[in-house]
Amino acid sequence: MIQKFDVIEKEALENLEKEQKSDIPQIYVGCATCGNATGAQSVVQTITDKLEKENIKAEIKEVGCIGMCFAEVLLDVIKPGQPRISYHGVTPETAEEIVDSYLVKDDHRPDLALGYFGEGGPADVERIDTGDVFKNQQRVILKNCGIIDPENINEYIAHGGYKGLAEALEMKQEDIISVLKDSGLRGRGGAGFPAGRKWESCLKPQADQKYVICNADEGDPGAFMDRSVLEGDPHSVIEGMTIAGYTIGSSKGYFYVRAEYPLAIKRLRKAIAQAKEKNLLGDDILGTGFNFDLEIFQGAGAFVCGESTALVMSIEGNRGWPKPLPRPRTTEEGLWGKPTLLNNVKTFSVVPQVLSKGADWFKSIGTEGSPGTAVFALTGKINRSGLIEVPMGIELKKIIYEIGGGILDDKKFKAVQTGGPSGGCLPEDKLHLAVDFDTLVKAGSMMGSGGMVVIDESTCMVDVARYFLDFTFEESCGQCVPCRQGTQQMLEILNDICEGRGREGDIEYLLEMGDSIIKGSICGLGQTAPNPVLSTIQYFRDEYEAHIKDHACPALVCKNLIVFHIDEEKCTACGRCRKACPVEAISGEKKVPHTIDQNKCTKCGICFQECPERFSAVVRLTGKENLAAAASGKEG
Amino acid sequence: MQEQTKKVLSGFEGKPNEVIPMLQAVQNEIGYLPEEAIRDIADHIGIPESKVYGTATFYSQFYFSRRGDRSVKVCLGTACHVRGGMQVMDALEREMGIKAGENTPDYKFSLERVNCVGSCALAPVVMVDDDVFGRLVPKQAKEVLEKSDPKV
Ligand SMILES: Cc1cc2nc3c(=O)[nH]c(=O)nc-3n(C[C@H](O)[C@H](O)[C@H](O)COP(=O)(O)O)c2cc1C
Ligand code: SF4
Ligand code: SF4
Ligand code: SF4
Ligand code: FES
Ligand code: FES
Repeated sequence: MIQKFDVIEKEALENLEKEQKSDIPQIYVGCATCGNATGAQSVVQTITDKLEKENIKAEIKEVGCIGMCFAEVLLDVIKPGQPRISYHGVTPETAEEIVDSYLVKDDHRPDLALGYFGEGGPADVERIDTGDVFKNQQRVILKNCGIIDPENINEYIAHGGYKGLAEALEMKQEDIISVLKDSGLRGRGGAGFPAGRKWESCLKPQADQKYVICNADEGDPGAFMDRSVLEGDPHSVIEGMTIAGYTIGSSKGYFYVRAEYPLAIKRLRKAIAQAKEKNLLGDDILGTGFNFDLEIFQGAGAFVCGESTALVMSIEGNRGWPKPLPRPRTTEEGLWGKPTLLNNVKTFSVVPQVLSKGADWFKSIGTEGSPGTAVFALTGKINRSGLIEVPMGIELKKIIYEIGGGILDDKKFKAVQTGGPSGGCLPEDKLHLAVDFDTLVKAGSMMGSGGMVVIDESTCMVDVARYFLDFTFEESCGQCVPCRQGTQQMLEILNDICEGRGREGDIEYLLEMGDSIIKGSICGLGQTAPNPVLSTIQYFRDEYEAHIKDHACPALVCKNLIVFHIDEEKCTACGRCRKACPVEAISGEKKVPHTIDQNKCTKCGICFQECPERFSAVVRLTGKENLAAAASGKEG
Repeated sequence: MQEQTKKVLSGFEGKPNEVIPMLQAVQNEIGYLPEEAIRDIADHIGIPESKVYGTATFYSQFYFSRRGDRSVKVCLGTACHVRGGMQVMDALEREMGIKAGENTPDYKFSLERVNCVGSCALAPVVMVDDDVFGRLVPKQAKEVLEKSDPKV
């Protein structure tokens, strides 16, 4: 390996040794977006103050997302010679308690602990890394997230970082491409295009300049995988892009980052500066004569800019319109008309490991057609929301019930949505399916970039379809008539169905419209926009029919199809609902069962939530009869 | 040229491809994009004002009128949607007496919808500037606003 890198690596390890003083306790606090949202920063502040005031020796470190977002704020402690103990739901108060009892004394506080990592932990807390959350996971892309300090390049290097780059710089460009092709790595941005082939088609053209672009636009409205990688392990992406630059012969790369990712941008800026300082980025990288520089471009809030040609238009300073057909391939004629290599955050992030550990290692994970792992933001009606990474080929069931811990509040599972606005919903009888690019497409959904939303019986599938269509309609750039007008018409029909104006034949019309939008659109947005509707019709047609024929919303969600009603028998006249109703629609006195004035009720649902569970006197009714009864002014 | 805009634009060479970063920088400084600022950007680059507008209006990040001092952002990403984000939005609209996309008349608050803010485990989520409120139910709308009032 390049000598210069050996020196850098040695230095990083030495510095780390000095910095970390492994003979004193290490404290890690999860400070990614959701940690900070739950109060991680005040935990860090409290502990820092306490350590200083009471002169307690310990190192405190801010780390990225370890994936157990459901358990935030997460605080981990490693005492010398002891395994890493994780504490969950930490507040500034409990943080002080943990310092007092575990750091100062030797009580590891099983009452506050979530568990421990590794072997030899205390018997009264659970082992996490072999427990349900992690035993089915395999951390490759996320291996450093939540483990290392993302703002310290030495830690990244100590965890094997920049080795892939050092090795790549000694390889022939064609050989790097062979490794990638052999590994079977497919792009993680959604479509699963083979990375090796894309890189090859960017190497071939002769040009005075080529570009590398990292797609960090993360448009799926319910997902945060790429953000977590950028926040938790920015160097891995920088390293992957630098390897790409060397491979295709490019000296300039761009990050196209979604507008609302301030923390990710801050971490990237810092990481770029650190890499330059160590001669791992910039001019004459590691003394090889190879130059590569990186710039950050912030998106401005347009989903369609995740599409490659639109993204290029946007960096050039234009409206982000996908280029019309027939359009040149971005790999041949991309940014400023030059050959451009565009990959997703996770694709770049895994490349260094593929090179340093080899194609066979990568192929040993996952399935034949989809080697490697899949990262998901697992959310929705699930007990353990978070960021997970699983080998391709794992059953959906395992993800939802073992890793995710099943459905929230013991409700009944209804569907799992993947692929965001381009994807679909799969029902219970598809949960045995293996998660990989091809299987999910066959079943009418898709992998997508990694959003996985679990839906339970209290979610209306027509409403979910309408939600996504509303999104794509808003985000359509409007160039193609089928996409612009088609999504609008489909949305209108879905609105009608949800509001009780559905008509016989609407379902067939939706299917036809969907088909013509797919055929008549020039970019992936339009070509996939009907998917959420088509897949919900395929698997949940009965819900559409109930809305249309009976004006009934089985999940009791669609406002125009439900009425709130107080059950006389159950109502104890406690008065809570009456006080809480924002429009004074509820009347009643002490000891007299309360009633709802249907003319005033705005269906906000507050009374339903207010009525104590032991009474459960507020009920929601649906269907033509109930609606008619309420409308005719009868007591509700 | 307004002082603020001038200061911001002096950091740019004035190349046509800088238009989006310029718009972002000016909006960061002023809070929105007043007409004069658009004109200044057009002048600085040497392109017609309409071209700058054409680009700016394409992107949802840009605002063309004054906004409230604090921005209330209701997440309606997929996870928040299925966990009742819309009801929280309804409650906030009612409480503030405005619709999403508007400002309160005293310009204390603006209300808007956003997509996934990365805290789905806390869904449904509302952000007021940088403060995150999670696991909300509609009746907490008032509380969120009271806690966020700059005077309190
Ligand atoms: C409307 C639309 C939005 C997209 N959004 C993203 C995105 O946010 N992130 C992403 O990586 N790819 C997105 N893509 C896919 C990209 O066009 C492209 O295929 C991908 O970035 C290539 O990277 P990969 O080969 O590493 O997957 C989107 C595509 C379309 C049509
Ligand atoms: S399919 Fe839709 S988003 Fe894509 S270019 Fe056409 S109109 Fe624009
Ligand atoms: S649903 Fe809302 S408006 Fe209607 S009665 Fe209940 S609290 Fe009042
Ligand atoms: S909260 Fe429930 S029990 Fe109490 S008055 Fe209202 S409906 Fe009756
Ligand atoms: S963001 Fe904190 S564990 Fe996921
Ligand atoms: S969908 Fe609201 S935070 Fe993710």
